[in-house]
Amino acid sequence: MDTFIQQIINGLVLGSMYALVALGYTMVYGVLNLINFAHGDVLMIGAMIGLTILSLLGAHFPEMNGWLQLGIAILGAIPGCIIVNVLIERIAYRRLRNAPRLAPLITAIGMSILLQTFAMMIWGRNPLPFPQLLPSDPIAVGGAVISITQVLLLALAALSMCALVLLVEKTKMGRAMRAVAENPRVAGLMGVDSNRVIVYTFAIGAALAAVAGVMWGANYASIQFAMGTIPGLKAFCAAVLGGIGNIYGAMIGGIVLGIIESLGAGYIGDLTGGFLGSHYQDIFAFIVLILVLTVRPSGIMGERVADRA
Amino acid sequence: MALLNFDTSRDPKKAWISMALLLAVMLAFPFVAQNYGNSWVRIADLALLYIMLALGLNVVVGFAGLLDLGYIAFYALGAYMTGLLASPQFAALLESVIMLHPAFGDTLVAIMGEEIRTNGIHLSVWFIVPCAAALAGVFGAILGAPTLKLRGDYLAIVTLGFGEIIRIFMNNLNDPVNVTNGPQGINLIDSIKVFGVDLAGEQGSGAMVSIGSWQMPSVNAYYFLFLLLCIATIFITSRLQHSRLGRAWVAIREDEIAAKAMGINTRNVKLLAFSMGATFGGVAGAMFASFQGFVSPESFSLTESIAVLAMVVLGGIGHIPGVVLGGLLLAALPEVLRHVVEPVQMQLFGKVLIEAEVLRQLLYGLALVTIMLYRPAGLWPSPKHEDRPDGDSDTKGQSSGVVAA
Amino acid sequence: MSEPVILNIQGVNKRFGGLQALTDVRINIQRGQIYGLIGPNGAGKTTFFNVITGLYQPDTGTFELAGKPYSPSAPHAVAKAGIARTFQNIRLFGEMTALENVMVGRHVRTHQGVFGAIFRHKAARDEEKAIRIRAQELLDFVGIGQFAGRTSKYLSYGDQRRLEIARALATDPQLLALDEPAAGMNATEKLALRELLVKIKAEGKTVLLIEHDVKLMMGLCDRISVLEYGKLIAEGLPHEIQSNQAVIDAYLGGSH
Repeated sequence: MDTFIQQIINGLVLGSMYALVALGYTMVYGVLNLINFAHGDVLMIGAMIGLTILSLLGAHFPEMNGWLQLGIAILGAIPGCIIVNVLIERIAYRRLRNAPRLAPLITAIGMSILLQTFAMMIWGRNPLPFPQLLPSDPIAVGGAVISITQVLLLALAALSMCALVLLVEKTKMGRAMRAVAENPRVAGLMGVDSNRVIVYTFAIGAALAAVAGVMWGANYASIQFAMGTIPGLKAFCAAVLGGIGNIYGAMIGGIVLGIIESLGAGYIGDLTGGFLGSHYQDIFAFIVLILVLTVRPSGIMGERVADRA
Repeated sequence: MALLNFDTSRDPKKAWISMALLLAVMLAFPFVAQNYGNSWVRIADLALLYIMLALGLNVVVGFAGLLDLGYIAFYALGAYMTGLLASPQFAALLESVIMLHPAFGDTLVAIMGEEIRTNGIHLSVWFIVPCAAALAGVFGAILGAPTLKLRGDYLAIVTLGFGEIIRIFMNNLNDPVNVTNGPQGINLIDSIKVFGVDLAGEQGSGAMVSIGSWQMPSVNAYYFLFLLLCIATIFITSRLQHSRLGRAWVAIREDEIAAKAMGINTRNVKLLAFSMGATFGGVAGAMFASFQGFVSPESFSLTESIAVLAMVVLGGIGHIPGVVLGGLLLAALPEVLRHVVEPVQMQLFGKVLIEAEVLRQLLYGLALVTIMLYRPAGLWPSPKHEDRPDGDSDTKGQSSGVVAA
Repeated sequence: MSEPVILNIQGVNKRFGGLQALTDVRINIQRGQIYGLIGPNGAGKTTFFNVITGLYQPDTGTFELAGKPYSPSAPHAVAKAGIARTFQNIRLFGEMTALENVMVGRHVRTHQGVFGAIFRHKAARDEEKAIRIRAQELLDFVGIGQFAGRTSKYLSYGDQRRLEIARALATDPQLLALDEPAAGMNATEKLALRELLVKIKAEGKTVLLIEHDVKLMMGLCDRISVLEYGKLIAEGLPHEIQSNQAVIDAYLGGSH
């Protein structure tokens, strides 16, 4: 039972990061019917910017409180990621709004490669150590352990998601986002500037990815230029699991996928009689995707995709 | 490209002359390049393999319009199958099997002879290539089956997932039964031996291949073999394109509902696209394994799948000559640049600012983005896609539905 | 193969969530007839088409084509059984030439596969030639033979409609189902379409036709069914329909 709780905790931590990134995918898909393939790399950029900030802080203000440093890193990564994601929309996707759907996907793949290339040029190809700023003594929770960094991660994720819900439900921009996500043409007729809404959507997704990126670095202590693609794709699987276009779906899908992956990796050895081991962790997300698309394509909470007739 | 035209239906004489010219250049190339060292021909060898892959992917993406992001899996399957059947690896596999199921293991030894314990299996290329094609073809259908009802972008992600799953299996299938030897990969794969000629060269000859009284470097021998396979691939895919099946593929790509209404069994036709496309990947994989002598999971990553896609997209989706051009550019250019760019940077700046690897990635990314934004049909698209209404053979008599009253 | 009743469909019900799109709709078409289906927009005409051609699955219904039951479970099976259709919003294969579009129509009656494609043995070559010849014949039949090599998306609207009909005819159907073939046409084009349909009937083909142009329908059809809100409100000869009160109220205009 101890292992079980540990796996659940690991799953929650992993799932929170997936949820943050899945929100970006789902919101963009909701308004544009487009998979922003490069979104996972925005997570990587967030981690890299965070690392750069921490290095600068570490060099000039070594005695600064760890929490404060981490906070500054996150606050610094957010605008960086927003700029990147908004630029991607502007350069790559805007012109292809009415092109056949495969065109923007191929462009997105290209943008993903370019982001990784620029990261390679700026930060190099090798894995970079991410400073551990918070106390690392594990906290005992019901027979398992969790670190302060992971608790912070869960808290930040929960906070961000609440903030997002408030934004979407209670503010004018949120209403506009929901309108464009439902029917862009009619929203336009009602006076909503859908270009602005789309930029906002990309910006918010980027901000969430920035938080996830910095916390990823803090949690796993190592980052690299290629770290974003696979987690990004898994986050997309989580978004589909929860119901594409549906932000509550993305949150739930992220957490559920994290737990499935964690439990799966933990117990797969037992399940397959030792034939498969925990190295097979990465396949769960894709298997979940295939199952969802085959059995219940609208996901757990149901799709909310624009009516782009 | 008005100089070279390969469209035999439009202007047969020009087409055949163009093809003959190109063939002459391709045949002469190794002998010319030889003067500058072996590496150029080696680059060409690998480029030819990539061209084969691009042509195979073109069947799936170009003809049938199915965006497969996991195509490299078939390359991997062909390569690993060759690794198992033409290297000492089978001995290692056997060892692990015997440890688990002694009875089964011993039966295998009894059937196939005692040496497989130490040497593994070494089947001839004539057996391996059809097997690789068949294995890839079957897997093409298997991996394609769950995607049949999915819309384009989901299909892409699912196929990507499959590609990753296969790579992960290749990377981890070494315990308890050692099939793929995990991250280390399979070594000492046999080279190709045909008609008594070993393409890796005779022992002690410095990798020189002897055909009768003639001698040529091993890389040249492989070059001609791969060139032959490429030509065969072009021939077969071209025939597929201009057939009842090829039309069905285009129909599905253009409007799947209308295709179904016209009696096309879209499920079977799509599976055929996946299957046929995959076989070329499998054969190329088998060639790759024998050429390189070893295979490891690194060669079959998502990056490689995307690279092959980039070749198809850059060249001209669905247009065979375009795809060949795209393959040539993206496979050879980075290598060529590496030989040029790094020394130039050393001279100019005293150090290498942009490594060749980075340059390669940059090229691929730029290719995908700029082509989709500015020339979505590719560098060399199919002639029919020109925007002029009378771009085809019929120029007389503008179509008009309104008869003068 | 001279079964007098080509299409016999009874008891079709179709519900989409909260909307009952079709309620107990039936139809009975004799061989060689031109049968019309009219009704206000949203009455369920295209839905009915989609059901009988396998695009939608009905909740209930029995389906018989030329006396043999058929299952409208998959569009390609329906085409194989012998119903070919055109679409309200033309669905051609835009990048293909007119000839190639019609050649695709021959797919269901031919069978060369991968082997034939690669090796082009005699049987494959003969089949290709036959496909090409038949396709050209059909293009000539509908009156656009001279545009065989033109990319179909560049054809004029009226010619595209003809092409779609030629493509449907290529499947050698027992029943040709046309969904608003005259939509968007001017008077002259409609006349030409009428002539084409008469020509098709003269060849012995049976036609089921959805249309809004009442004059066209009355002059062309042998029998007409009228749908309103998914229900059949009238069925009979054209002049009977024209004087049917329920039809007039629903569709033709109250003040007659």
